[in-house]
Amino acid sequence: MSLRVLRPGVLATVQDLGRSGLAHLGIVPGGAMDPVSHRIANALVGNRTDAATLEIALSGPELMLGCDALLALHGARFTAEIDGVAFPQSRPVLVPKGARLRVGRAACGCFGHLAVAGGVHVESVLGSRSTHLAGSFGGWRGKALARDVELPLAADAEALARTRFARLAAGRRALAVGRCETVRWRAPAVTLPQHDESVIRAVEGLHAALFDDATRERFYGDSWRIAADSNRMGFRLQGPQIELARPTEILSQPTCLGTVQVPPAGQPIVLMVDHQTTGGYPRIAEVIAADVPRLAQSTPRATLRFAPVTLTEADAAREALCTRIDRLVDRILWEFGDEDD
Amino acid sequence: MVKVAPLGDSAVLLALAGRLDCDANALAQSVALDIRARELPWVTDVVPALVTVAVHFAARTAHEAAERRAMLEGLLLESLDRVAGTQTTPRRRTVEIPVCYEPPFAQDLLEIAAYTGLTPPEVVAVHVASPHRVLMIGFAPGQPYLGGLDARLAMPRRGSPRHRVAAGSVAIANAQSSIYPFATPGGWNVIGRTPLALFDPLREPPSLLDAGDAVSFRPISAADFERIAHKQRLR
Repeated sequence: MSLRVLRPGVLATVQDLGRSGLAHLGIVPGGAMDPVSHRIANALVGNRTDAATLEIALSGPELMLGCDALLALHGARFTAEIDGVAFPQSRPVLVPKGARLRVGRAACGCFGHLAVAGGVHVESVLGSRSTHLAGSFGGWRGKALARDVELPLAADAEALARTRFARLAAGRRALAVGRCETVRWRAPAVTLPQHDESVIRAVEGLHAALFDDATRERFYGDSWRIAADSNRMGFRLQGPQIELARPTEILSQPTCLGTVQVPPAGQPIVLMVDHQTTGGYPRIAEVIAADVPRLAQSTPRATLRFAPVTLTEADAAREALCTRIDRLVDRILWEFGDEDD
Repeated sequence: MVKVAPLGDSAVLLALAGRLDCDANALAQSVALDIRARELPWVTDVVPALVTVAVHFAARTAHEAAERRAMLEGLLLESLDRVAGTQTTPRRRTVEIPVCYEPPFAQDLLEIAAYTGLTPPEVVAVHVASPHRVLMIGFAPGQPYLGGLDARLAMPRRGSPRHRVAAGSVAIANAQSSIYPFATPGGWNVIGRTPLALFDPLREPPSLLDAGDAVSFRPISAADFERIAHKQRLR
């Protein structure tokens, strides 16, 4: 049971929700860039939230199914085809053995997650199936997908695909798309940008006081462009010059997902899932946990603004997002009906 | 100047000093061990750095987040009180690391000698004799920041970083030494190379070194380097 890679795309990696508890050894949790879409994609094929998915950045791979499988692609919206017809995204799709899925460019958003019933079945390393690119471990041999790779699926992927799709389609008419079958509903996008300019909320950074008022006003007032050389480690921002009020020596300290650090060149970097575990640059702000997945979906050259919020507001935003995802996942799983039916 | 404060919305940071200080560094490691030993299920990571400790936590509801943040602020100060009060220093390992200080591994040895006014053999002898200790593991998996470098070897980073520093390279900058676990770009002055794997995801624990370890470098020949490197590959 496998997916054969005919063309690897820009950067396709196996990811789950990451490995925590090892940051003191320099190992960042990592995992899906957009964990919200990862969870929803898994729910769409009836998987548990921690099953590994294939994360597709910017422009996707071409894959050939080695067996019948139940697939769902959620997150960024791609131009995608299966055997030459449009591939229905954000829905569970029953795909026959031998079908070719061609994922093109992302038309909206940046990272998509392709879930397969039973999960992508690479070995778990240090408690996770996520690919740690810098450390060359986890995922598919620690690397991004390459041509001719056979990506292993669960041994019962085919049986799961049939039984789960049968439950989805029970008593309803399935929708035929070429040789594939899908449902007549789709999961909503939760993390895709809804306006030309995203507003990303942030709380005060550890060294905010080392920047003068005018600089902080520029940071929150002006718009920022995401540089093309951004990646899973960090998003580089282009915009007004941000400098410390006076040069200050800063000792290396633990960093977080969402830390906004300002190197001497004056252009901030937001640390993303594969960030280094410690860093010695001053930090002006910290993107709130609720907005990191939305930031991850902001494409290179997109613009964004930062909005300052309090910790109380950040906590409320996280609760709102968690509640929304839980309801959505429950609603999707409800479609599968009772296992005993 | 002990300070405890939120770090973003998902962590709390304890700062023990404003600058690098050996006692504060040892305290940071002890506090981290003490917090980790409590095994709180919602604590996701406890990270000691040079003179700070970050505790990362998971939360869903606003109430949970506020409660856990407040609890951690209290726990960090309580831990600090407890470990600062105990006179016994934690048991410390000494890890011996073989290093070849010869060409082609010791890429910057001549520059280091020229900068410090020592001969290359003196540079090596001073580096070997320095009482190295792991101040923190950070940046990349298994990468140690080692304090204790003899002041005679204090030297700034290279003007322009190398695009690629080989895995295992032992390098110095300012008052510290480090070892690159992976081939990465780097700006430190390379003094030698170890054939040991600093990081191996299939080993338990995956990192060769941990914060607080004493490190003793043992000079080896290029032939020894190849022999040990070969044995490592077979494992």
